[in-house]
Amino acid sequence: MFDTEFMRLAFAAGAIVGLLAPAVGFFLVQRRLSLIGDGIGHVAFAGVAFGYLIGISPVLTALIASVVGAVMIEWLRARRPAAADQALALVFYTGIAAGVVLISSAGALNANLFAFLFGSILTVTRGDLALVAVLGVAGLALVALLYRAFAAVALDEESARVSGVPVGLLNVLLAGLAGVTIAVSMRVVGILLIAALMVLPVTAASRIAWSLRSALLLAMGIGVGSVVLGLTLSYYGDLAPGGSIVLVAAGAFAAAAGASSLSTRLTTP
Amino acid sequence: MPLAVELRGVSFAFPGGPPVLRDVDLAVETGEFVAIAGPNGGGKTTLLRVALGLEHPTAGAALLFGEAAQHATRRSRIGYLAQRARLGIEAPVTVQELVSAGLVAGRGILARPSAEDRARVEKAIARVGLTDQSTRMVSRLSGGQQQRAFVAKALAAAPELLVLDEPTAGVDVDAQESLALLLGELHRDLGVTILLVSHEFGAVEPLVDRLVLVRGTIVFDGSPRALPPTWHDPSHVHV
Repeated sequence: MFDTEFMRLAFAAGAIVGLLAPAVGFFLVQRRLSLIGDGIGHVAFAGVAFGYLIGISPVLTALIASVVGAVMIEWLRARRPAAADQALALVFYTGIAAGVVLISSAGALNANLFAFLFGSILTVTRGDLALVAVLGVAGLALVALLYRAFAAVALDEESARVSGVPVGLLNVLLAGLAGVTIAVSMRVVGILLIAALMVLPVTAASRIAWSLRSALLLAMGIGVGSVVLGLTLSYYGDLAPGGSIVLVAAGAFAAAAGASSLSTRLTTP
Repeated sequence: MPLAVELRGVSFAFPGGPPVLRDVDLAVETGEFVAIAGPNGGGKTTLLRVALGLEHPTAGAALLFGEAAQHATRRSRIGYLAQRARLGIEAPVTVQELVSAGLVAGRGILARPSAEDRARVEKAIARVGLTDQSTRMVSRLSGGQQQRAFVAKALAAAPELLVLDEPTAGVDVDAQESLALLLGELHRDLGVTILLVSHEFGAVEPLVDRLVLVRGTIVFDGSPRALPPTWHDPSHVHV
């Protein structure tokens, strides 16, 4: 399987995304913002379409659109917390509608577009891998640096705000990180499935973790494991790689939920 | 020494809504233990949020340690237990991790925890009697223990002002009494200023210096012993 360069590149890019997506998604899930990744993904779609329209790298335009969209969702959410779901819906639908209009204007309703929507990890180039590696490592470094602060906000946002933690800045940084994660993950699992890789490993890990730190590390482990196993299954079974990765992550959640339930039964007198 | 909390002629209404607070004056001195009580919907929590700078008053001024509440610079010395904090604790977090989160404001968002920080966390956990539970997940604790874990989080930063919003909601009578004793100890031993909001203040009544009853405005402010007998249940205060 590793004899071919495209598989080596796919595994390398996938491993980075498998670590980054749950690491960023971890704090979103704790803040009950699991679906924000879907919203940003749809804005990324508009970014891809804009790239095709003006003839520059769709990954670059998706990166910009994702970060701007993520920060906009956070800004709307912070202004009116009670209408957070409406803010998400607004960005979600505007993004997909803008994407459809732009992509039809560019005449790019073709196979390339589907590569972004559903992932195309087997076509990752050395240049793509370099971009994923730089942004991925930078994202993971930021998560490691701000882990305690992100955790403090995720556990009790209002108390953190009262105590003077710069909650607004941290939330914008996390939203920006989510945008970057979506943009670099498009080639691996696709815009429509990336949010799953940010959420499923986290929910699986939360079922079997014994502390916050262990939950984060387990989520990253499940993320990488899902990518490795999903890619292997797709290689030998001739299956769609993005979908295979997400199905493995869903299987991990089912296994973790089962293990947690069994453990509770065995330890409850 | 400036007042810990001060409200001067504060009124507040949510956009397009009726007034929630009308012309409220309140001064909490450093070292006082003040309970704010009143019926549900009477404006207790809103009063607290305005005092902490989380909401803008529509008229008047809110001050924290003598500074405008929204721009107060000594925020890291405020320990706050929000009304719904412990209700949403589904994250797989241990008591130790939760309490450590209370240090982020004082230490800065990039700081690594020092040996002194770890000692502070252990001390705060011991203070609330959860040393044996420090590595357990908060979600596995009883309601009363969860409440104590959040109090320990608020204590970790060695606060000058401890603010608790409905800390006894949803816990049994034993846990309420146990929390009241703990708050009494903190007030006596550490001299911390305590501002507590509750719609039922029976358990803390013997401990507080002042009771403030709120129903849109302040309808009583004084010693609990001076409270008219007909108002003894604050949830039934009608003016």
